[in-house]
Order: sequence, then C-alpha cells, then structure tokens
Amino acid sequence: MKIHEYQAKQILSQAGIRVPKGNVAATAAEAGRIAAELGGRCVIKAQVHAGGRGKAGGIRAATSAADAEGLAARMLGSRLVTAQTSAEGAPVSRVLVEETVEVARELYLGMTVDGSAMAPVMMASTAGGMEIEEVAHTQPEKILKMAINSVSGFQPFHGRQLAFGLGLEPPLMAQATSLMANLYRLFVTQDLSLAEINPLVVTKDGRLLPLDCKLNIDDNALFRRPELAALRDPQQEDALELQALSLGVRNYIKLDGSIGCMVNGAGLAMAVLDQITSAGGRPANFLDIGTANNTERVVNAFKVFKADTRVKAVLVNIFGGMARVDVIAQGIVEAHQQMDITFPIVIRLAGTNVDAGKKILEASGLRFITASDMKDAAEKAVKAAKR
Amino acid sequence: MSILVDKNTRLLVQGITGGEGSFHAQRCQEYGAKVVAGVTPGKAGSQVAGIPVFNTVEKAVRETGANASIIFVPAAFAADAIMEAADAGIPLVVCITEGIPTLDMVTVTGYLNLRGARLIGPNCPGVISPGKSKAGIMAGEIHMPGAVGVVSRSGTLTYETVAQLTALGLGQSTCVGIGGDPIVGSSFADMLQLFQKDRATRAVVLIGEIGGSKEQEAAEFIKTMTKPVIAFVAGATAPPGRRMGHAGAIISGSSGTAKEKMAALKAAGALIAPSPAQIGETVKQVLGKDSRR
Repeated sequence: MKIHEYQAKQILSQAGIRVPKGNVAATAAEAGRIAAELGGRCVIKAQVHAGGRGKAGGIRAATSAADAEGLAARMLGSRLVTAQTSAEGAPVSRVLVEETVEVARELYLGMTVDGSAMAPVMMASTAGGMEIEEVAHTQPEKILKMAINSVSGFQPFHGRQLAFGLGLEPPLMAQATSLMANLYRLFVTQDLSLAEINPLVVTKDGRLLPLDCKLNIDDNALFRRPELAALRDPQQEDALELQALSLGVRNYIKLDGSIGCMVNGAGLAMAVLDQITSAGGRPANFLDIGTANNTERVVNAFKVFKADTRVKAVLVNIFGGMARVDVIAQGIVEAHQQMDITFPIVIRLAGTNVDAGKKILEASGLRFITASDMKDAAEKAVKAAKR
Repeated sequence: MSILVDKNTRLLVQGITGGEGSFHAQRCQEYGAKVVAGVTPGKAGSQVAGIPVFNTVEKAVRETGANASIIFVPAAFAADAIMEAADAGIPLVVCITEGIPTLDMVTVTGYLNLRGARLIGPNCPGVISPGKSKAGIMAGEIHMPGAVGVVSRSGTLTYETVAQLTALGLGQSTCVGIGGDPIVGSSFADMLQLFQKDRATRAVVLIGEIGGSKEQEAAEFIKTMTKPVIAFVAGATAPPGRRMGHAGAIISGSSGTAKEKMAALKAAGALIAPSPAQIGETVKQVLGKDSRR
C-alpha cells in the first residue's frame, strides 16, 4: 500500500529522523498560513501517489505567503498528470508546504526486502534525485547495497560502510549512521515493503535531511498495522479497482484493453493476458478470482466487467484446483440472472469438478462461446471483442 | 526416482482440523500419500478421516515418525507453524498458506537455515511425485508418472502445464510449486539442482513470473546442467509497478521483466516456449530430439 509524502515524513519524524520544517494543507488559506510561519519563502508540493511531480509542475517554489497561497489554490482540486500517472492524472487534495532548503549534495537512501538475500537490504547512492532504477541500469557501480541479516539487525558497521561509501565524513557520518539505524528499525517494526529517501540532502548548513520520501507498506501485514492501513487514500486509486475492492473482488488491476478476464491464480491470469496479447487482442484487466468457492465473488466480478465501458468481451479461464469449476459456473449463471449481460463470454474450464461445471452451463440455456484450451479461448475472445 | 516426496514420505498436516486442511489431508491420502498425523493446538485426541490429531508438532513427530509437513494455518500464524515444524526436526516443510507478511519470512528463512530444514513455499500448491505421493493441493488426476520435472512460481499455471504434458503422453517425475511471494524457502536453482541429480528426470520445465531475480539465478545454474530445460515466464504484458496478484510479481527495474528473464534463460541454454499454451509441445520437441540421438 502506498501513502503520501506528508504521511511518510510524519512517520519518519516519529521514528526520530529529522525532516524539513513544514505542514500539510487542504486549503489555500491554510497553505498561506503555514508559509507565513516558515517566513514566506517555501516549497509547495502536490500530494499524489506518483513520482515525476517536479517535471509535471507539482513542486513549486514560493517567494512569499501570498505567493504560496496562490500556488496552492491552483494545485488544490486539480489533477496532476505525471509520467507515472494515467492520462487523466491523480487528484490533488492536499499540498505539503515546506521550508526551502539550501542543498549542498543530493544522495539516495532506500530499503526493500531482497528475495535473493532473503533479508532487508539497504541501498545508498551518490546519484541522489535521479530515478534509482535508471541509475541501477546505467551506473550500477554507483549503488551501494547491504543486506541486513535478521540475527544481527542493523549494526553501526552497516551504517559506517554505507556512509563512508557515500563520501560522508564525520560529523555527517554519525548523522547518517543514526538516520539509517532509525530507518531500519522503522522498516522492520512497521512492516514496510519499500522505503525510499530520494533525495537525502546534505544542506549547506550541514544537516542531513530527507527532501522527498516514499514509504510502501506490505499489503500482507496490514491486518496488524491498523494505524498504517488507515492512511489509505482511496482517491488516489483507480475507480474501477476501488469498486472491485468494495465488492470483495481483490487482485483486480485495470488495464486499457477491451477483453475482460476472469482467471484463477495469478500466474495463470498473467499467462492469459500474454496469450490474449499474442492473439492480437488487449486485456481490459488482470483478475485473479482466487479460490472463489462462493458464487458471489463471480457475480461481483461480472458487475465490475459491466461497469467497465471498455469491455467488449469477457474471457473466463478456470483451471480448478483449490477452486471448484462447478461453483464458478454457477456464479456465471447467477450473474446472468441478476443483470443484463450483453457482451459475449468465452469460457474455458478444466480441473476440479469440470464436468459438473459444464453441465451447469449447458442446463442454463444461456449462450456462451466455449473453448478447448487457453490458446483457443484467447483467439475466440479476440474475435468476439472485434465484432 | 523423484525429488522431495515419494513412497517413504510420512506426511504431517498442520491445521488439519480447518476446512482446507481436512479437505486436502484426505485428497493427499486418497492419492496414496502416507498421511500419518495432523496438528491443531487444543484438538489432540481427535481424528480427521482416521488421521490422529496432536497438539504439537514435536509430539506428532515423536509418535508417528512424520518426516514432512504440509501447512494450512492462516497467514497470521503461519510463520510460527513453519518454525515449529523445523524445530521438531522435520526436514521438509511445505507451506500452502497465502498472504504471510514478508518480514515474517525473513525470520523464518533465517531460522530454517540454522535448523537445516527445507521449506517449499509459502503461497504455493505444494509438491507431487505422480503415482507415489502428494504433499499439495493440486488435482492428482491430471498428473501421470514420467520423466519431466516441473518447477513453477505459480499454482494454476503449473496445472495448465501439467495438463498439456499429460495430454501429450509426457509424464512427470515431480512437480514443485515454489510459491509466488518475494521470499520463499526454495529457489528455482535449488530445485533444478535436485532434478539434475534425479535419475528419473530427463527434462525440466521452469515456469517463472515477473518480479525479483530468481529466474536469472536459475539461468546461472542452467549453464551447468546436462538435462534440457524448457522455460516460460508469465507477465510479458504486465504493467510495471503493479503487483499482479502474487506479492512477488511486481516489476521494479528492468531485471524484473519477463523479457529480461526469458533472455537470461535463453542465453543459458533453456528453450523458451513461445506461449503459455505451447509449453507441452515445446517439451515434446525437446524430448523427441533427445530420443533420436
């Protein structure tokens, strides 16, 4: 789960990491007041769940409180389109008003869990402010990495190795080591999946400050982090994805094509998207229906397909294992009883209780396009969507 | 032969009194697995389909000689269950549970290394050695005994692949789902190593996914293998930065893309199936060529 920059900085601050002075505002007047407290000169930052804000005009310098109020008025209520958002952009309902910082150096500090090292890994780089994936690709030698074993936890030597590697000499070295120790503790105690401070700046007055910060929380751990789960901002999420979630249809991701997909299993669902694409079509969504051994989730998935105006055909590909094919089939029939479904449906069924599932579909008297395998199903769905 | 599970496997089911635990304990039993015990704290003395239930893994192992465990307990308690199995000296632990917090798995894998236990999963379909034994949730009837090893990060895509193989008359030695989470107990490379040594296995199918770099590590091992590897990586059309169902299936940076993974596997000598529907055919081509030699 993603959270906003202002929320991330509050969390850093609570973890003992010094952040730039400032506050979040939901109105222009509030932004003006905060700017006045900061002495007028400040930075206004649009709060959206996407990077690339600077280039998109989402980060602006203000010279006075009145200027700050004006900039905030223009940002608030607008939609910010960045390289990482959809064409419609993300809504701006808050801005972060922060002190202007005189930057001497820009660094990068990040943490994630490395599946190969089977441990949290801390990454640091002198190439701060840049897209770190770009750095990893073009200048991999500029990224310092340290896997942190869960038995040792974060030790000062981890910090020294990274800080000296960044060219930080005492007293900045000590500031950096303490910041890293706090970040590590925050990461492992709050179930973060990603923490990125980019850039981490050295100010001209010798402070180490996170200028921007991104924290993601492990979705699997939200059940035990209710205070973090409460930070979710549904406005930043896709409307159809939100609708799906509210209907209990998890693992739905909106894509931009015309073929709605219902598949069980994430790997098979991805493979079906690949198969549709190789058959010349475009999937409207990713959907892993999971072990839907109740018909309601199937019916609700059809509600989402109906709400998606781009859907011209639906492909159902179920390979029953834990999920039972007859239950899915019954769900498809119930969906037709509950709503008017006009798009063609291509169905491929296999696995647990497949014969019972096929009988249910036949007995319903409804019209479906049946397919013998995945390839056949994808080709038929592409054809049906073009009609 | 086969890998991981066979006729000598004495299976313990953790979470046996739950819906999924009891259902799959019985399916494993019907398939021919020796299911010797179940564990649910507080339910000792009861039975599930004739399988005795114990309060602790330690007691279950002591009384039944269980040497493998399959875990169905809910995500919040799964890390505890895995470590309990390893602590009781069980050498093979298969965890089916989905949705375990990633940092729990950091602790678990660290502990398992100390105990020398092997973990398959979590968030996986388990293991089957067709005709011999099953410690998993896959439908037994789609499999047939044979010489193709299958290792995959995905459950249902494995079923799809197995069904293709069986339809073409290509049986399987063992099929392993290693799981779709960022941290899993066993890697592709670990399984390839076992398949390379297994005399019953003539070729291996590897089914990868976007995210992480486990396929690239597998590629490094494939370079040293004498057996043919046929590979497919799902998610070529997945958008970057989005989690595609599995917690581990998220593209961040170019090394996580299907394209990059397939290129690494191909460069290591693996044969890439052109589409997910053609995995079986690709294996047939390879084994056909082999038998002519």
